[in-house]
Amino acid sequence: MKKKTLKKVLKHAGKYRGLIFLSLTLAVLTATLSLYVPILAGNAVDCILGKDNVDFKGISFILFKMLIVIGITAVSQWIMNKANNAITFKVVRDVRAEAFDKLQILPFEYLDKVKTGDIVSRIIADVDLFADGLLMGFTQLFTGIVTIVGTLVFMFYLNFRIAIVVVALTPLSLLLARFIANKSFELFKRQSEARSEQTGFIDEMIGNLSVVKAFAHEDENMEAFDEVNDRLFDASVKAVFVSAITNPGTRFINNIVYAAVALFGAFACITGRMTVGGLTIFLSYATQYTKPFNEISGVVTELQNALACAERVFALIEEQPEQADSKDAPEAFLPEGNIVIEDAAFSYDKSKSLIEDLDLNIKKGQRVAIVGPTGSGKTTLINLLMRFYDVDKGKISIDGMDIRDIKRADLRNNFGMVLQETWLRSGTIRDNITLGREGFTDDEIIQAAKASHAHSFIKRLPEGYNTVISENGGNLSQGQKQLLCITRVMLNIPPMLILDEATSSIDTNTEMRIQKAFNKMMSGRTSFIVAHRLSTIREADVILVMKDGHIIEQGNHKELLDKEGFYYELYNSQFA
Amino acid sequence: MKKLLVFLKDYKKETILGPLFKLLEASFELLVPLVIAAMIDKGIEVGDRTYVIKMCGILIALCVVGFATAITAQYFAAKAAAGFARKVKRALFNNIQSLSFSDMDRVGTSAMITRMTSDVNQVQQGVNLTIRLLLRSPFVVFGAMIMAFTIDFRQALIFVVTIILLFVVVGVIMAWSIPGYGKIQSGLDTLLRLTRENHTGVRVIRAFGLETKEKDEFGKRNNELMNLQQHVGGVSALMNPLTFTILNLAIAYLIYKSAALVNIGELSRGQVVALYNYMSQILVELIKLANLILTITKAIASGDRVQELLELKSSMKDGESDEFENTEIHIAFNDACMRYTGDSEDSLEHVDLEVKRGEKIGVIGGTGSGKSTLINLLPRFYDVREGSVFIDGKDVREYKLEALRERIGIVPQKAVLFHGTIRDNMRWGNAGASDEEIFEALKIAQALEIVLGKENGLDHMVSQGGKNFSGGQKQRLTIARALVKKPEILILDDSASALDFLTDKNLRHAISEMENAPTTFIVSQRSSSVHDCDKIIVLDNGAVAGIGTHDELLNSCELYKEIYDSQFKQEGAV
Repeated sequence: MKKKTLKKVLKHAGKYRGLIFLSLTLAVLTATLSLYVPILAGNAVDCILGKDNVDFKGISFILFKMLIVIGITAVSQWIMNKANNAITFKVVRDVRAEAFDKLQILPFEYLDKVKTGDIVSRIIADVDLFADGLLMGFTQLFTGIVTIVGTLVFMFYLNFRIAIVVVALTPLSLLLARFIANKSFELFKRQSEARSEQTGFIDEMIGNLSVVKAFAHEDENMEAFDEVNDRLFDASVKAVFVSAITNPGTRFINNIVYAAVALFGAFACITGRMTVGGLTIFLSYATQYTKPFNEISGVVTELQNALACAERVFALIEEQPEQADSKDAPEAFLPEGNIVIEDAAFSYDKSKSLIEDLDLNIKKGQRVAIVGPTGSGKTTLINLLMRFYDVDKGKISIDGMDIRDIKRADLRNNFGMVLQETWLRSGTIRDNITLGREGFTDDEIIQAAKASHAHSFIKRLPEGYNTVISENGGNLSQGQKQLLCITRVMLNIPPMLILDEATSSIDTNTEMRIQKAFNKMMSGRTSFIVAHRLSTIREADVILVMKDGHIIEQGNHKELLDKEGFYYELYNSQFA
Repeated sequence: MKKLLVFLKDYKKETILGPLFKLLEASFELLVPLVIAAMIDKGIEVGDRTYVIKMCGILIALCVVGFATAITAQYFAAKAAAGFARKVKRALFNNIQSLSFSDMDRVGTSAMITRMTSDVNQVQQGVNLTIRLLLRSPFVVFGAMIMAFTIDFRQALIFVVTIILLFVVVGVIMAWSIPGYGKIQSGLDTLLRLTRENHTGVRVIRAFGLETKEKDEFGKRNNELMNLQQHVGGVSALMNPLTFTILNLAIAYLIYKSAALVNIGELSRGQVVALYNYMSQILVELIKLANLILTITKAIASGDRVQELLELKSSMKDGESDEFENTEIHIAFNDACMRYTGDSEDSLEHVDLEVKRGEKIGVIGGTGSGKSTLINLLPRFYDVREGSVFIDGKDVREYKLEALRERIGIVPQKAVLFHGTIRDNMRWGNAGASDEEIFEALKIAQALEIVLGKENGLDHMVSQGGKNFSGGQKQRLTIARALVKKPEILILDDSASALDFLTDKNLRHAISEMENAPTTFIVSQRSSSVHDCDKIIVLDNGAVAGIGTHDELLNSCELYKEIYDSQFKQEGAV
C-alpha cells in the first residue's frame, strides 16, 4: 500500500524531471564539497604541531582553498533549496488541482454520501501535510544519501580500519530507523483517521450552528467533541512519540560510533598510523556521517506521515468517476423537448426498490406538474432527468435519443433548474446570478432580476449588484436567496425547465408575480414543476401524482378532480 | 499566541521537565569535546592507552544517559503538545458555540473550521518542537561559547562574533518570512472555501455546466498560492547556505588565529581540536534552531489566528435568571425594533404584540418582510435594537440563554439533521427522552411512517446533513425533534413549506390537540396555514401591517386580503 502510494507520488514528481535532475546534481556537489571542508580543516590542524612548530605558509594555502570551497558550496546549496521548493510546491499544486478536478466528475452516489468536511480535509489539510513531508524529503533525503556515500569514500581513503568499524556499526542505526518508521506509519494513519472524523464533526456542527443553538445542544456537542478529541489525543501522542524516538535513537547509536572512532583513532595516533589532524577529520565525519542518518530517519518518519496523507488524497483522486460521456455523443444537442420515459426503474439503495415501471410521454412545450407526498420520488425523478443519477433499468429519451448517449453538459445545458435548497457562494450578487457565465451585460442581468422580482431587494442592498454576500447568503432571507436562484435561470432560459419547489419560501404575493414571469418563461418549453401549492399546479398540462415511487394518477387538473382519487383528496385538504 | 499558553497549564510537569531533560542531554554533549581534548593531550601525546580507554568509557556512559533523558523529553513533548492541542480545540469549539448569530455571520463558517483544524495542527507541531528544541539549541550554542571561554578567552571572542552574526541572519530572514506565512494561510483559506462550495453546491454547478469554470478558478487560486509559497520559500532557502558560510569562515579564522597561539605556546593542540569541535556543534544546533524557528513562525501565525477567534467574545450578554413565572400574558413584544449588524435600516420596526399562554399565532408577510427576524427575537438569536421582548413577564435578556432556549422549540426553515441515529437526532432537545415520548412526537409531526418504514426504526442511521432523507421527510423529523423537547413555545419557521397540504393540515391539527399545547408561532407563506390561528400578525417590509384574527384582517388589512385572495379566490375553488 505504502509502495503504491510512493509510486504515485513519484509519478507526479516525474513531470519535473529537469528540476529533479538539477536538484540531484547540486545535492552531490553540495554534499561532496561540505565533506571536503573538514578535510581541509584537519590538514590545517596538522600544520599546527606545537610550540614554535607551526607551518604558517601551509595553513594560509589550505585556508585559502577552504574559502573557495565554502563559497561554491553555499551557492550550490541555495540553488538546490530553490529547486526543491519548486518541485514540492508544483507537485502539491498538481495533486490539489487533480483532486479538485476529480471532484467535478465524481458521481452523485459518492458525493451524496461523503461529508463535506472529509473532502475538505483531504484536499486542503492532507495535501498540506503531504507538502511538508515531501519538501523535507527532497531537501534532506538526497543530500543525506550523498553525504553518507561521500563520507564512506573519504573515510576508506583516509584510514581503512577505522572506516570498517564505522561501517560495521551503522546498520544498527538504519535498522532502528526502519523499525520505528514501520511502527509509526500505522500510528500516523490512525491519527489521520481520527483527525478526519473530528473535522467531519466540526464541519457538521459549525456549519449548522444555528440549529445547535436553537436546541441549546452545546453541552451535548461538547461531550461528543470531547470523545473524538480524546481519541485523537491518544492517537496523536502515540504517533508523535514513536516517531520522535527516531532522533535520540539514531543519535545514541551515532554517539557509540563516535566513541569507537575516538578509541581506534587514538590508538592509531599512538602507533603513528594517523595524525591528530586525521583524528579530527574522522571525529568530525563521525558526527557528520551520522547526521544524515538522523535526518534520513527523521525524513522517513515525516514521509510516513506524508504518505498516509497522500494515500487519502489519492484515494479521492482514484475514486471511480461517473461513466464518461458516450463517444458517439453528437457534437451539439438542440432538442425540441419531447421526453419519453420507458419502463424505468431506479433506487438509491439497490436492496430497496424505489421507482419501478415508470412510463411517461411528454410532448414538446408541455407543462408537467409533479405532486405527491414527501418521499414519493419527485426529487428522484429530477435527479434522473438531469442525469445526476442514471436509471437502473429502462431508459429516458429526449427527442428519441437516449439521454445516456448525450454529453452530460449538453443535456444539462438544455435544462434550467431551480432547486428548493438554495446554494449561494461568497461573492457579489452579480457573481451569484451569472455564476461565472460570461457575455451578459449589466442590463441583461437587471432585466433577469426584474423578471424574477429580485431587483427590488437587490437595489436596496448597500452596494446593489456588487454587494458581497458570504458563503450561505448571510443576512438574505430564504426567500431572497430563492429569488436569486431563479434569476440565474431567468438570465438564460434553456428549452426545458425543472422547478423543484422553487418558490417554497417566497410569499404568495411575490410568487404570483413571479408566476407571470414563469409562465412567460415556460411557454413553448417543456417544464417540470414540483410544488405543493396547488395554485402553481392547476395550469399544468399534465399532472403526475406520485406515491411510493410510482405515478399513481396522471391527467390534467379537471380530469384528476373528476376522478375523486388521491389528487382530489390532496387538493381538498388545502381548503378544508 | 501568548494567551494560548495557558492551555499548557495542565501539562506543567511535561512542559518544564521536557526541556530540562533536553538540557541535561545537551550538557552531556557539551562535555564530549573536553573528553576528546583530554584524550589527545594526555592520552595520545604521551602514548597512554589505558587513559584513552578510560575516556572512551566516559563517552559511552555519557551517550547512554543522554539517550535515556532524550527519550523521556520526547515523550513529555509529544504528550504536552497533543494535550495542548486537545485543550485549545476544546476551548475553540466551546467558544464558537457560544458566539451569537451576528458574530457567526461575520466570522464565516470556513474560517472557523480552518482555525479548528489546520491552524491548531500547526500550533501543536510548534509546541512539540519548541519543548524539544527551543531550550536545547540555544543552550548548546551558548554552552559551546562558554566552554570556549574556559579554554581561551581570545578565541572565545570569535565565537561571540559568529553567534551574533548568525542570529542577525536568522532574525532578518524570519522577520521577512513571518508575514509571508500569514498570506500563504489565507491563500489556503480560499482554496478551502472553493472546495467546500464545490461539494455543497455540486448540483447547481453541474446543472449550469460550470465544471470548467470552477476548475479554472481553483486552478488560478492554486497557482497563486504556489507562487506565493515559492516566493516565501525562496527567502527561507537562503538560511542554510548563509549560516553554513558564516560558520565555516569562522572555523577558518579560528584555525588561523589558533596557529599563532600554539606557536607561542599559549594553546595546546588538543584545545584547538576542542575549539574546532565546539564550533562544529554550533552549526548543527543552529540549523536545528533555524528550522525550529520556521516551524514556530508558522505556529505563531496560526496561533494568533486561533487566539483571535478564541478571544472573540459573544456580542450577546447572557442573563442571570432561570426562574420563569406563570404569567397570563406569555409573550409580549414592546415596540421591538431590530437591525442586523452592518445594515442601515431596521429589518423590524416597532412591533407591539401580546400573546396569551397556549395561543396560536400566525406570522405572514412577503419575502424579506421580517417574519424570521420577529421570531428570532424570542430565543435571542438576535437582540432588539430598541424596545423589548418579554417572556413570562421578564425581558428575555434577563434570562440565562440556555434556560430560555430550553423552553422554546424551534423548527428552522432549513431542515437539518445530524449524523447519528434517528433516536440521537430526536433526543437533541431532551437527552432523556424515552422511545415512547419520541414516538408520540413523531406521531404529532406526521413522521411516524418515516420511522416505521425503516428496518431499524429509531436506530436507523442518518447521514451527515440528513442526505438520506427527502426534504419533506427532513422537515417532519425536525418538527418531531422540536416536539420531543415538550417546549412551552413552539416556533414553526415556514417549516411546512416542503409538506403537502394534507400533511400540513394534519400536523397543525395534531399540535392543537396536544395536552398542554405550547404557545405556537406559525410562520408561513400560506394563508391556509395561519387562517385558524388565534391571532395573525401581517408584516410588510419590517413593519406591522395588521394584527387580528383571519376574519378581522380580511376586513381591515389590505395586504392580508391580497395574500388570501392570491391563494384562494382566484383559483375559484371556494
